[in-house]
Amino acid sequence: MIRFDNVSKTYPRQNAPALYDVSLEVERGEFVFLVGSSGSGKSTFLRLILREERASTGNVYVLGKDLGRLSNWKVPQVRRQLGCVFQDFRLLPNKTVAENVAFALEVIGKSRGQIRKTVPEVLDLVGLGGKEERMPGELSGGEQQRVAIARAFVNRPMLLIADEPTGNLDPQTSVGIMKLLDRINRTGTTVVMATHDSQIVDQMRKRVIELERGRLVRDQSRGVYGYQH
Amino acid sequence: MRAHFVLSEIGVGLRRNVTMTLAVIVSVALSLALFGGSLLARQQVNSMEDYWYDRVEVSIFLCNANDAESGDPACSRGAVTQEQKDEIEAELLEYDIVEEVYHESAEEAYEHYQEQQQESPIAAVVTPDQMQESFRIKLTDPTKYDVISSAFAGRPGVQSVTDQRSLLENLFNLLNGVNYAAVGLMLLMLVVALLLIVNTVRVSAFSRRRETGIMRLVGASSFYIQLPFILEATIAGLLGAVFACFLLVGVKFFAINNFLAEKIPAIEFIGWDHVLSVLPLILVAGALMPALAAFFALFKYLKV
Repeated sequence: MIRFDNVSKTYPRQNAPALYDVSLEVERGEFVFLVGSSGSGKSTFLRLILREERASTGNVYVLGKDLGRLSNWKVPQVRRQLGCVFQDFRLLPNKTVAENVAFALEVIGKSRGQIRKTVPEVLDLVGLGGKEERMPGELSGGEQQRVAIARAFVNRPMLLIADEPTGNLDPQTSVGIMKLLDRINRTGTTVVMATHDSQIVDQMRKRVIELERGRLVRDQSRGVYGYQH
Repeated sequence: MRAHFVLSEIGVGLRRNVTMTLAVIVSVALSLALFGGSLLARQQVNSMEDYWYDRVEVSIFLCNANDAESGDPACSRGAVTQEQKDEIEAELLEYDIVEEVYHESAEEAYEHYQEQQQESPIAAVVTPDQMQESFRIKLTDPTKYDVISSAFAGRPGVQSVTDQRSLLENLFNLLNGVNYAAVGLMLLMLVVALLLIVNTVRVSAFSRRRETGIMRLVGASSFYIQLPFILEATIAGLLGAVFACFLLVGVKFFAINNFLAEKIPAIEFIGWDHVLSVLPLILVAGALMPALAAFFALFKYLKV
């Protein structure tokens, strides 16, 4: 699903690499926590998977594709098989919940019939049935994140990337979101989630990958958060 | 590709920066109107050149008694004699380049003068014996004026040899100069229009960076992401081009047909066929130019 082979990433005009010699593999259907303090390289790690950045050295494989060799115009094809969720939800404030989810399908050219069928389904799945016509501003943070997850999942992606999805939410709401992500994981979707939330990591007991100053320092199945911050 | 989605995006984009869009429309309209105008002016000058150069004559003015008395150095040997006139005419007819020779007597010159200058106070006091006799020569090639000039200037009885073409040349040089100035202005306006388009597209892309960011993440192709922006610029450009067309048609109708053509019947102005043939060119330029500008504006901005 994801393979990093000796991947390093140095941004232009910076001396220290953001990621240094990272090698790892994530199998299909896994649930992986990515932990580490701010600036440890978590975001760079995720950006490399999304092919928002290219590795300086080493190879990144996602869904069997070598992203370093992938030409620009093929990138969208890969991204359609990925879903992503962010700390700040990234919803369109002037569109309703249903329109926000539909947007993801519209811009990749799905037919209207298909959209009408899949949008309510996925909204039901994330527990937002009946709130299709609400605006994002009228929803709680947890509900907004559910919309974002619905949008990420509406294409039934093989891989879901979540960058601190609970970062803006209170602990109780976070648990709800984690249950949802767990459910999505059980449908066969691989989930990679960067987080600072030690409680969640300790509770879930999933594989934990820890980065520190760009280096992979821990890769532990059924791990815990493991460090104080 | 879902047309409905693209169209609604374009609508949102155009409305969101109305002022910039208007600026684009106006500057595109002006630059394209100047573009079309200078093309038409070029044709006008060319057709006028053809028309007038066909009619220009070389004139050999002959000395009259008045010239001799008033001490004109060319006429110091007295007024022209009949012998001299016959000689000049015979010689003129020998040249290959001379197509036609017409002798204008002092009386005829007087009549023409009175006709042309009816309202001038000078016309009333001029007498026929003050007018000059002349030979009006039409050349097969109007540029060969020098041959006639060098052969006859300074000859006894000849006061001066003038070439109407040189008078016209000044006029046409002026017209061409004006035309070049218009082309220069057009290029400047074009640069302004292009910069405005680039800027407008950037602002538009920036104000919709949320949407485009999401589009990139969910795997919309860059063509799909860029299309609304490019179409926006194209629509604004086309509107500008349509305005430019109206402007040209308006100038043709009001300024030329209803005003200049009536005031100056001597000039044959460009016809509707010329004007209409320029319009498609303007429309195509109006659509393509902004589309290309937008494409290059987005090239760096909306990379995958």
